[in-house]
Amino acid sequence: MKDIAEIRADFPILSRSVYGKPLIYFDNGATTQKPQCVLDAVDEVYKSYNGNIHRGVHFLSDMSSEAYENAREKVRLFINTSKREEIIFTSGTTGSINGIAFSFGERYIKPGDEIILSHLEHHANIVPWQMMCERKGAVLKVIPINDRGEIILEEYYKLLSSRTRLVSVAQASNALGTVLPLKEIISAAHSANIPVLIDGAQGIQHGIVDVEAMDCDFYAFSGHKIYGPNGIGVLYGKEKWLYELPPFQGGGDMVDKVTFEKTTYNDLPFKFEAGTMNYPAAIGLACALDYVSGIGRENIELREKELLSYATLRLSGINGLKIYGTSERKISTISFHIDNIHQYDTGMILDKMGIAVRTGTHCAQPVMDRYGIEGTVRASLCFYNTKEEIDVLADGIEKVKSMFV
Amino acid sequence: MTINEIQNNIIEEFSFFDDWMDKYNLLIDLGKELPVIDPKFKVKDFLIEGCQSKVWLHPEYDGKLITFTADSDAIITRGIVALLIKVLSDRTPDEIIATDLYFIDKIGLRQNLSPTRSNGLLSMVRQIKLYAMAFNARNK
Repeated sequence: MKDIAEIRADFPILSRSVYGKPLIYFDNGATTQKPQCVLDAVDEVYKSYNGNIHRGVHFLSDMSSEAYENAREKVRLFINTSKREEIIFTSGTTGSINGIAFSFGERYIKPGDEIILSHLEHHANIVPWQMMCERKGAVLKVIPINDRGEIILEEYYKLLSSRTRLVSVAQASNALGTVLPLKEIISAAHSANIPVLIDGAQGIQHGIVDVEAMDCDFYAFSGHKIYGPNGIGVLYGKEKWLYELPPFQGGGDMVDKVTFEKTTYNDLPFKFEAGTMNYPAAIGLACALDYVSGIGRENIELREKELLSYATLRLSGINGLKIYGTSERKISTISFHIDNIHQYDTGMILDKMGIAVRTGTHCAQPVMDRYGIEGTVRASLCFYNTKEEIDVLADGIEKVKSMFV
Repeated sequence: MTINEIQNNIIEEFSFFDDWMDKYNLLIDLGKELPVIDPKFKVKDFLIEGCQSKVWLHPEYDGKLITFTADSDAIITRGIVALLIKVLSDRTPDEIIATDLYFIDKIGLRQNLSPTRSNGLLSMVRQIKLYAMAFNARNK
């Protein structure tokens, strides 16, 4: 594995300073920084071979189309599915989940049907289902969590019923970092023939994701959270579902034949890719996946585990600091609150020290409600962060305390 | 003192500090001087909800001047609202409506004004001006 100095040198932004202090970027849960090779790949599209995909007969269009389809192939290998038809490009995790919530609702949901989510979900895995439920007269059921921020499996098993049509849960909580027991969730659902969608926004970048081994029915993730460009995401779906589901958007490229009376749709995966896709970002994403594979996903997992335990140790040593989300199984995300100091105050002062953290509810208001708090400060780390940076954060928190208490 | 004299004083006070930390320390101190709102006004009707921190702002109009009291659950925000009150409290509605709050930009708080920051500064300014307009309309 590359050493940390080499890794950091791959990410140009990491060497900048803010307010005269070296940048410490601990907001990777919101978006990750991009290595130079990703920037170059996107740049190269526009400089050398930009042409709209799947349309032109000309050289540039062919070249772009080929690079785009190669990107699909890279995604396929990365999440390990055998069929390229199962890889749909979208605008991001939110786009992927909205799409499935719409199509699944149109195809299968009747009044009184139930969708199961967990209490840990990001708003992007709540609101689309709520919208669909309102439209279809269906009901949301929520798996509760314990004080450590783990879902209570026994309660989940009780929620599964003959009215359950789909289970949609996060791979890991963006607000607390908890990794969900997907194996148990998926096998229990499958034994009742219920499909499962996994929101992989906080999972894909932290370790190996093998959708065939996982056996989920749908998997959604965002490019920008795995060191790729913004505006691109992936929806994986088992072919049998994607074949049956209606498209969630209409437009160019997704059609077979269009008349004013009737339109027939294109084959998979194009049926779900209406309009001009963000092919430069897809090509950049493929490059990011190559980069991650180059570092090694096992290496990333190990390194982040080390960072998490060091950060947990340092932060829990601070008087008056409480960590929210204390499961044994976590991604490298630490949510915390300092006694009597508003998370916004903490975040503003840390910012002035060059430390980027997120404050607030992290688009997961139900999680905050569960703990009866208004929000937390969240440090979300990844493999390019260092223990020295964690030390600066811990010192910074002490400084915050001295300023406000 | 006129509104602009107060604005200039604030600008001068902040100009002593180059370091951001010192500026924030000053804001924290200002927050402590904030004329605190009567707890009975710390209710939804007087809440200006930003995404990150809560601000309560209460106007009292005696027919001539508007007096503002406020509070926030975040101390830096309390400092920011204290500055606004220093400049705009105990002024006539006309004065408040006409004021160009140039001090915000000059002391480097402009980043807090962008709508996406959602810490409520923009909403606070808007709310203060709305109260002034409402009292003005009532007068006419």
